[in-house]
Amino acid sequence: MATPSNAVRGKAAFPLFRPAPRLVKHLLLIAFGLVMLYPLLWMVSSSFKPEELIFREPGLWPSQVTLDNYTEGWVALKHSFGYYLWNSAVITALSVVANLVACSLAAYAFARLDFPLKKVWFAVMLGSIMLPHHVTVVPQYIMFAKFEWINTIWPLVVPKFLATDAFFIFLMVQFIRTLPRELDEAAAIDGAGYWKTFFRVIIPLCMPALATTGIFTFIWTWNDFFSQNLYLTNSDNLTVPVALRQFLDSSGESSWGPMFAMSIVSLGPIFGFFLAGQKYLIRGMATTGLK
Amino acid sequence: MTTDSVAVEPRAAQLRPPAHRREKKQPWKRREARTAYVFLAPWFLGLFAITIGPILASLYLSFTEYNLLEDPKWVGWANYAEMFTEDDRFLTSLKVTTIYVVVSVPMQLAFALALALALDRGLCGLPIYRSIYYLPSLLGGSVAISILWRKIFGTDGLVNSVLAIFGIQGPGWVTDPDTALGTLILLHVWTFGAPMVIFLAGLRQIPQSYYEAAAVDGAGRFRQFRSITLPLLTPIIFFNLVLEVIKSFQSFTQSFIVSNGTGGPVDSTLFYTLYLYLKGFKSFEMGYAAAMAWVLLVIIAGLTGVNFLMSKYWVFYGDTK
Repeated sequence: MATPSNAVRGKAAFPLFRPAPRLVKHLLLIAFGLVMLYPLLWMVSSSFKPEELIFREPGLWPSQVTLDNYTEGWVALKHSFGYYLWNSAVITALSVVANLVACSLAAYAFARLDFPLKKVWFAVMLGSIMLPHHVTVVPQYIMFAKFEWINTIWPLVVPKFLATDAFFIFLMVQFIRTLPRELDEAAAIDGAGYWKTFFRVIIPLCMPALATTGIFTFIWTWNDFFSQNLYLTNSDNLTVPVALRQFLDSSGESSWGPMFAMSIVSLGPIFGFFLAGQKYLIRGMATTGLK
Repeated sequence: MTTDSVAVEPRAAQLRPPAHRREKKQPWKRREARTAYVFLAPWFLGLFAITIGPILASLYLSFTEYNLLEDPKWVGWANYAEMFTEDDRFLTSLKVTTIYVVVSVPMQLAFALALALALDRGLCGLPIYRSIYYLPSLLGGSVAISILWRKIFGTDGLVNSVLAIFGIQGPGWVTDPDTALGTLILLHVWTFGAPMVIFLAGLRQIPQSYYEAAAVDGAGRFRQFRSITLPLLTPIIFFNLVLEVIKSFQSFTQSFIVSNGTGGPVDSTLFYTLYLYLKGFKSFEMGYAAAMAWVLLVIIAGLTGVNFLMSKYWVFYGDTK
């Protein structure tokens, strides 16, 4: 791992010896990547194998290819799997919109406007990022039960419209602070008020931060098992994570093929968003990590 | 941010009346504050209704017995006393979670740092490697991956069929109480990509000239790592440490799915949050669950506090920016 990757950093490395360690390093990195991804690749390949071959073949290349697992898994539960995908999609889409709207509004106020106790509220906002979700979940559940919101999507979506994912406020505040204030001032001279400045200047320039927020919200909401398992118990409004867990219950240890197939289906959208938006994901991680 | 901006901002200069006509209250400031509160309205509502209110409510509930049907009954410190003196499962869950955090977080960060160093500057294909190593972090929290894990480490799972090639009969990793927690730790280490990305960004902030100067002075690669990279990276290590400790202490899905909601075998994967969930939402002992939530808050705040105190001794805040 400590091979000279850069002549400047190491002692003067002999040019002749450099390609070899580099190649070794690449081979090691590729081998390590393969080991890491092997479980995933194995799950993909297993989902195309006939049931009885899954555990006899640790290799990746299926000796027999079948789509049975997919057709079986799709209809294995009470509703077709498309039904659960739709339920997840509705909640996820609403959460993305909610986070984009609510968090950008709050972020603009924290980054650009001046108001009494601003520092205190900002500290409270940062603190709420660190707050364990479980501290609030019991009273929240009681409150939502009183509203008769159990088994509706509201407990999952309404908090997002109230900017409770403060992490994204922080991310956008950091981003807006990097935008030159001259732009706001130019807009003000042209007669734009705060709202116009927000919509016409800040939002268009915030696209990278909004993309990061949108993609992370998508992935976290799509993956979220704890809240969805808590609030959606009726078999008619299950989402993908909760439906997948039903496979464990209903089929016991027997039908792993269909379960793998539907697991792959459930990871598909995440993988798609990852491929499309990895630039924003990585930039978002990096900027918040570096405060 | 308040008074000195008067001089700098052209907008302010334009819109503000001449100094002698200013009132004490500064009406444009009031307008700005009013607008700010409008922008913050959803967040304030969420803060009080969804965060602060429930925190206080859970503090109250933690001193009661409450099952959602009857009114809460005040029991004083009984819930807390029961936790630490009578409830063995609680202590087990605390122990299991502590082992999980203490073992998996340092391992995860060590992998993240090692790979970040390996991928640092001048390596071609960096974006590809970074994406491959990062991918598990995005998937790791999903039910699908936990299901996969359960199968990989099952009695007739992938690991054992690979071991069988070498003639080794492996145990049922997830059904054996000695190894079940180990599989969850491995799952957490597997998601080292997220801190790795943060390390990579941190490495990029270190000025190349430091290394040039050190090389001129005859420092070897190891010395450069020890005297430049590591000290300048300590704030990032610290950030990752705080974040991962907080996050992993609250892990839920993995333990729930791998043990199919029981925390078994013999409570060996009973994470704190899983036990809280079972108490609060399976046996509907909401007062007890609220008390557990408060203990969790105190533990996490304590760990974060300890981290910050310790940081004095090893985190180096130079003028890197």
